[in-house]
Amino acid sequence: MKDLPKPKDFYSRLMHRPGSTDWMDTPVDIRKGMYCYAANPKSLNILSAPFARDWNPVEEDWKLPENWQQILHEGFKERLERFRSFKVFMDICVRCGACADKCHFFIGTGDPKNMPVLRAELLRSVYRNDFTTFGKILGRVGGARPMTLNVLKEWWYYMFQCSECRRCSVFCPYGIDTAEITIMGRELLNLLGLNIDWIATPVSNCYMTGNHLGIQPHAYKDMLDFFVDDIEEVTGVRVEPSFNRKGADILFITPSGDVFADPGTYTCMGYMMLFHYLREKYGFDITWSTYASEGGNFGFFTSHETMKRLNAKMYAEAKRLGVKWILGGECGHMWRVINQYMDTMNGPADFLEEPVSPITGTKFENAKSTKMVHIAEFTADLIRHGKLELDKSRNNHLKVTYHDSCNPARGMGLLEEPRYVIRNVCNHFYEMPENTIREQTFCCGSGAGLNAGENMELRMAGGLPRANAVKHVHEQHGVNMLACICAIDRAVFPPLMEYWVPEVGVTGLHEMVANALVMPGENKRETDLRGEPLEGMEGDTDE
Amino acid sequence: MKLIERVAAQQSAIVKKWFELVAATYPEDTARFLKSQKDPFANPVGQTTFSGLKAAFTALLEGADAQTQAEALDPIIRIRAVQAFSPGQATVFILALKPIIRETLKKELTGDSAYADLLDLESRIDEMLLIGFDIYLKCRETLFQLKVDLEKNRIYHAFERAGIVTLESEEGATPEPQ
Ligand code: SF4
Ligand code: SF4
Repeated sequence: MKDLPKPKDFYSRLMHRPGSTDWMDTPVDIRKGMYCYAANPKSLNILSAPFARDWNPVEEDWKLPENWQQILHEGFKERLERFRSFKVFMDICVRCGACADKCHFFIGTGDPKNMPVLRAELLRSVYRNDFTTFGKILGRVGGARPMTLNVLKEWWYYMFQCSECRRCSVFCPYGIDTAEITIMGRELLNLLGLNIDWIATPVSNCYMTGNHLGIQPHAYKDMLDFFVDDIEEVTGVRVEPSFNRKGADILFITPSGDVFADPGTYTCMGYMMLFHYLREKYGFDITWSTYASEGGNFGFFTSHETMKRLNAKMYAEAKRLGVKWILGGECGHMWRVINQYMDTMNGPADFLEEPVSPITGTKFENAKSTKMVHIAEFTADLIRHGKLELDKSRNNHLKVTYHDSCNPARGMGLLEEPRYVIRNVCNHFYEMPENTIREQTFCCGSGAGLNAGENMELRMAGGLPRANAVKHVHEQHGVNMLACICAIDRAVFPPLMEYWVPEVGVTGLHEMVANALVMPGENKRETDLRGEPLEGMEGDTDE
Repeated sequence: MKLIERVAAQQSAIVKKWFELVAATYPEDTARFLKSQKDPFANPVGQTTFSGLKAAFTALLEGADAQTQAEALDPIIRIRAVQAFSPGQATVFILALKPIIRETLKKELTGDSAYADLLDLESRIDEMLLIGFDIYLKCRETLFQLKVDLEKNRIYHAFERAGIVTLESEEGATPEPQ
């Protein structure tokens, strides 16, 4: 037997072991499938962003400005002074490791630099070197290192492998939020023109035309008019959305994904049906805007200033139309921006009223200051007051589980309302395991502007922990529908499911609401909004 | 006792070694996590890999058909197909079973019949590698397809339904919003 290879020899020849060097010595390897393409210079120019140029992440030369180190150093310094949290997060981490295995990108890719603590160390090591006496004296021993081209590339690669989901912060005893560190890291990279195109071009589109896809106002209206026909086909009821109407009570703003991308489009039809129902029954008065035609804000993934510029149109449009308050659609990061920043960034919106439901009289205390109410809360309140006639059995073909989108869940504590709505419009609802939902929810793996096509491996790996939990409820309970309240989720879950659990579809909350909603004067429904026959109703003409 | 029965008797030791070897294809810190965290939702890679290897090993011993073997291997390879592995690195763990078995049963490998049995078992492992390779390729094809479909299916189909754009052909010239 002595000629046969031992497992160890065998493995050292054939099996691969990545370098087990110290993380500082492990050079960055920018791998295809993991990164997004560089920003199109045209888009950066539209935004007057600095250093717009053609460059390629996998090429040696990133065509950086001569004094790039100085620009970064000064940018870093300025942000440490401006943002107290950033400074604190740089200083207080004790490297306890509690966050290390909590990031879906670490869990899915197995790359240690995706441990939140190491992701933050990428910046912190430079911080120590540039801004602390301790780091200056001790250097590497003290965890400090100077900014080099390799470090810059590492920053770029890993700042765009964080979806700013904040899951890690839930487990940190000091409440360090690595998402905030990523936000700063990306802001610094933007000082050198190092954005990705999947963010820069939507931002520039939004800046020019009001939405990420760059769709003109008339096309936006065409799309909604088309939904009117579709709704009529399914229900026999012709809904009449109103656009840009001055003097309406309420302005409705939703992510453009709901209007333009399947399966979000069905959720959009859901909103339209709900509004029509409420108008017929209770005289509800709401308008859409073809200018504030984007609830999402990819500026948030770029810099505070860019976020502010894109967000400003919400209040501006509310002011122009003279509405009382704003109702917002199902979106994820849109709500983080609204809940966490809008009020102080572009507010106070004292020209608006504190939101009160015109139908139930409920005061939306959570939106007192921002004047913008989440539609899940609005609808849950309607159901609670018995204002909606619902036929749950129309969703009997669905076995539903619910994904807590990171931002509404961790960013604003919206945990119960969507569940309450689902339970009232569906008969079959199953929760995923405890440690994958609510505050501990696993990210879709494609948030914070990472929902491109070229980084599909990253998305599939990052989405694995979420998909794995979906697979579990699919196997246990036959779950066939993944519900969410985020437009990015609705866009990215279909491919994620196709790769990991192909039997499961994706829906928004209000698609299910609309399927259950008994509209005044409607025909007997034979199909759902997707045109799929309803169980037991096919060709059933009995009244 | 036939060799296969001896291998079966060592099942848990062999699967454990096999799992450790697969874990060792990841960086050290990651390998430690993969081995220590037992919650399947906190550690889907480690736990899926472990249960997949167990199932694959059982399939091998029972001489199960290709379909059963594929079902056991699919979850492991599906993961490795999106991680930082070359095609060889993603699938070679199957071959690693050979030296593990040889080493574990070193003392019992005496006589011609034992060697004949060993060769037979090793041929089955070779077959399993090919099954694994097919899975890998299918996973990669799915990935590429997902990339291609991304725009076409989601956004443009919504436009197309609304008559705002026309998709000219399946391969599609980039549609222009009108
Ligand atoms: S914010 Fe989310 S993606 Fe970023 S490091 Fe933390 S867990 Fe990972
Ligand atoms: S849990 Fe908090 S203190 Fe501990 S390593 Fe992570 S960021 Fe640092």
